[in-house]
Amino acid sequence: MVDVQFRFREDEAVNDPAVTVDAFSQQTNATAVRIEPGDDARDLLPHLDRLALVEVSFPAWTDGRGYSSARILREAGYAGEMRAVGDLVIDMLSHLRRCGFDAFAPEKALNEEDARNAFDRWDNVYQATVVDGRQAIWAKRHPA
Amino acid sequence: MYKYDEYDQQMVDTRVAEFRDQVRRRLAGDLTEDQFKPLRLQNGLYLQLHAYMLRVAVPYGTLNSAQMTLLGDIADKYDRGYGHFTTRQNIQYNWIKLEDTPDILAELAKVEMHAIQTSGNCIRNISSDQFAGAAAEEIVDPRPYAELLRQWSSFHPEFLVLPRKFKIAVIASETDRAAMRLHDIGIKMVKNDAGEIGAQFYAGGGMGRTPMIAPLIREFVPLDQLITFSEACLRVYNRYGRRDNKYKARIKILVHELGRDEYVRQVEEEFAHLLTQPIEPPLAELERIKAHFVDPGFDANASDDLDLTDPDFRLWVERNTHAHKQAGYVIATVSLKPIGGIPGDATADQIRLMAKLAKDYSFDELRVTHAQNIVFPHVKKADLYTVWKALDEAGLSTANLDTVGDIIACPGLDYCSLANARSIPVAQKISERFGSAERQAEIGELKLKISGCINACGHHHAGHIGILGVDKKGLENYQLLLGGSEGADTSLGQITGPGFTEDGVVDAIEKATEVYLANKEGEERFLDTYRRIGMAPFKEAIYG
Repeated sequence: MVDVQFRFREDEAVNDPAVTVDAFSQQTNATAVRIEPGDDARDLLPHLDRLALVEVSFPAWTDGRGYSSARILREAGYAGEMRAVGDLVIDMLSHLRRCGFDAFAPEKALNEEDARNAFDRWDNVYQATVVDGRQAIWAKRHPA
Repeated sequence: MYKYDEYDQQMVDTRVAEFRDQVRRRLAGDLTEDQFKPLRLQNGLYLQLHAYMLRVAVPYGTLNSAQMTLLGDIADKYDRGYGHFTTRQNIQYNWIKLEDTPDILAELAKVEMHAIQTSGNCIRNISSDQFAGAAAEEIVDPRPYAELLRQWSSFHPEFLVLPRKFKIAVIASETDRAAMRLHDIGIKMVKNDAGEIGAQFYAGGGMGRTPMIAPLIREFVPLDQLITFSEACLRVYNRYGRRDNKYKARIKILVHELGRDEYVRQVEEEFAHLLTQPIEPPLAELERIKAHFVDPGFDANASDDLDLTDPDFRLWVERNTHAHKQAGYVIATVSLKPIGGIPGDATADQIRLMAKLAKDYSFDELRVTHAQNIVFPHVKKADLYTVWKALDEAGLSTANLDTVGDIIACPGLDYCSLANARSIPVAQKISERFGSAERQAEIGELKLKISGCINACGHHHAGHIGILGVDKKGLENYQLLLGGSEGADTSLGQITGPGFTEDGVVDAIEKATEVYLANKEGEERFLDTYRRIGMAPFKEAIYG
């Protein structure tokens, strides 16, 4: 298993072995799932209450389907660990965070300092993704 | 026009810092070229045949004179004294050094410009009608909606690594000057029966090797759902657009393979879901943006008289100006297609001169057109002769707008690593062959477009006459297409038959224009005659 290099959660790390989306719906005792780019994250919606860990796999960082998968699960209320796994690059870390990822397990460890800078890069954001809890620039321009 | 607030400025400055850091890591060897490539592309930096090319965004084609002046200065300081205006209303520089790019971006940021998402598999610069805010027949100014979409699409975290590039155009007139239905998403601002403004959405258009005209996917999206609906369109594409083959990865293939109805069903389902998420900016934000696009202080008493005694001026006025919504003003287009020149190129001095003229005579505003020309949107008729004189002295008074000389051409094999054939020399030969003003006047409106490979950056599918450069056993060969159009009557051109050599294709075009002139009825344009009489007579003349 690849190590988690960055984690933005206070709770105990979950290290249950993740199973595929197909297997997850069959195995009623599984608590961790691994989403591949071609999987439909919405297949998991009936089982959110027993999920403790979602791994979203990035075989290549240039395949952006995992961003939608993560955000869809967060929009549906999933609050457990959302871990990005695979070919992660420094320059996309903050965008992954914005889509609801809170743990990062790059297959090759990233330079700590560059990665920390990347996480903190954007003081403001143009969009509300809702799932990252950040206020969009338009909301700051028009305080309620 | 739009003015950055502290947030917009901070976003652009942050991007410069981020890019500077990426270049540092690249030069230090921490990033390989393979790793760096997708990152630099999101900043408009390509590696071409001879050097890096930097593409600078001109959001919806609108510029002020300080910005335009800087574009000229960059051409001098970092390039070879010229820039190239593109078919997506941007400008690109073809001789850039990697280590200079962070400084160039920093200079651009000082005048509220950037190169964000001008390439890469993300949402690109939003294009629009170059006559926005000036055209007599528009429903509303489309640019505030384009600006709202610009901010939404800039660094949108979910949509930065799409299956393929994604181009959006916004118009608000019946006359389509932006080739709206040849975009991944085309938006037309409309008024419904209740008199409310909303957005009509088209999706799945595009050129490239499989040209498609976008079907209508929604008649009316209310203004307070514009971002949410766009997000639904993009999410369905991001999840289901093909990633197995880059030539089948554009949204047009998804819409085609699913069928328009199934794509619409999926978008509507996603849209219904996203409406439950508070992601839509309030209408107050749109109002804030709109306030930047109010009319300039037109002189209500401006005279409508125009002295046309100078015959060259008269020709230019007839060819290169359009009616303005305000009496006493015109919209003037500067052709960047001099006879024998490189379409879309302008020297640093020419760029700065246009900037100065815009400052003095067009309320500090310019536009870039998708046909690679420059527009002064608001010129007082009383000033027009002065403007023309200055343009004339700078070699910028070519009176050939929308004629056979006003060619759209991609950079082709002279610059581009994807090209199969050169585009620029063909454009130059055609423009010389049809160079005389009488000849151009006789032929009238004829939109000619040249691409140096099937990626179709020169829009050849949408030309009344289109030329496609291909590689035939190691030799450059040119296929001819007739009958394309990018306007409200969008159509795709048909291939005439076997291809030609460079000189052969120029001869074939001449024959095609002869067929048109011999068969023309009344005020018909080339395209109208072609549509009436069909391909056969042209084919006979060209190959007979």
